[in-house]
Amino acid sequence: MYWPIDLIVLTFVIFIAIAAISVRDLLSTAILFGAYSFMMCLLWAVMGAVDVAFTEAAVGAGVSTVFFVAAVFRTSRRTKD
Amino acid sequence: MKVLAFIIVCLTGGLLLYGTGELPGWGDPASPASSHLSNHYIEHALEETQVPNLVTAVLADYRGYDTMFETAVVFCAGLACFLLLRDFRPKKDQYYRHVPTGVVLHVKEDAGPIDVGREFEDMDKDWVPADTIIKTVCRILIPFIQIYALYVVAHGDFSPGGGFQGGVIFGASLIMIGIATNLKTLIKRISEKFLAIFSAIGVLVYIGIGVLCMVMGGNFLDYGRLSPIFGEHHIRALGMLGVEIGVGIAVTAVMVIIYVNIVSEGRHDEGL
Repeated sequence: MYWPIDLIVLTFVIFIAIAAISVRDLLSTAILFGAYSFMMCLLWAVMGAVDVAFTEAAVGAGVSTVFFVAAVFRTSRRTKD
Repeated sequence: MKVLAFIIVCLTGGLLLYGTGELPGWGDPASPASSHLSNHYIEHALEETQVPNLVTAVLADYRGYDTMFETAVVFCAGLACFLLLRDFRPKKDQYYRHVPTGVVLHVKEDAGPIDVGREFEDMDKDWVPADTIIKTVCRILIPFIQIYALYVVAHGDFSPGGGFQGGVIFGASLIMIGIATNLKTLIKRISEKFLAIFSAIGVLVYIGIGVLCMVMGGNFLDYGRLSPIFGEHHIRALGMLGVEIGVGIAVTAVMVIIYVNIVSEGRHDEGL
């Protein structure tokens, strides 16, 4: 019933996932993971799992992005491979 | 090696996709998941637990035992971060900046943190002038975020949300203090001891409510048995609220512990 939204969001999810593993700058990867979580949050919301969407928004897009950025800040910003 | 990894990933992905074909369709009423247990939850949850939000009813009442150990897992995550990263060696150099003049004092001996009064401020090696916009925006936003977090915890019985989400949001608001000012300000307000105690208290509140139910003569986490203390009205919802508060406290403390330890490499002095 919401298939156009579903399709758009799923496309975004796949593109962001590919971008996150192919980008060399780890700070960008952290931000891309945040965007990925946000898209997954939209997907859960469209599916009607509002509680899961809420958790994804708070944990995935919010705090874990901060943890990733903090970890990148304390290690190196460039990936070796 | 990379080609091999790529082939393995493709194979695993293909197998997973192949397996997905066997799964029941989304919202299929004949699927096993929605033909046995779900029906009972949907039909009886409101009268059995007095909680309109089914997800909370399942998480905090029907499967309260499961959620208790999830809270313990979160606590263990904080503990692991502390044990792996915490570094108690004192920092050798301390920098203090005299705010009115901008003169920087460099204390070389490791005398620990010195009480320098209001005219001086702590400085990190990569110090930059505090941004007024960021500071002001955070100062305005943080109270609202915290009130919202409390609302999410307290209203978890009726709307999406609960202890985990509320705790994460509250922890994020505390992390925001650290990002907007500096890490020392955050640690000065919320000490490490305080965080450690509260992360344990959260789990203990959860377990304590379960044990209290046992003391009152019921099963572990059988909230209905608490009615002699708190009254008959919506007692199961009240028990769930208590449990959610415990989860919220534990998650808040653990989030801040993880952030502080990661961002300062366990030194608790300089951070983002």
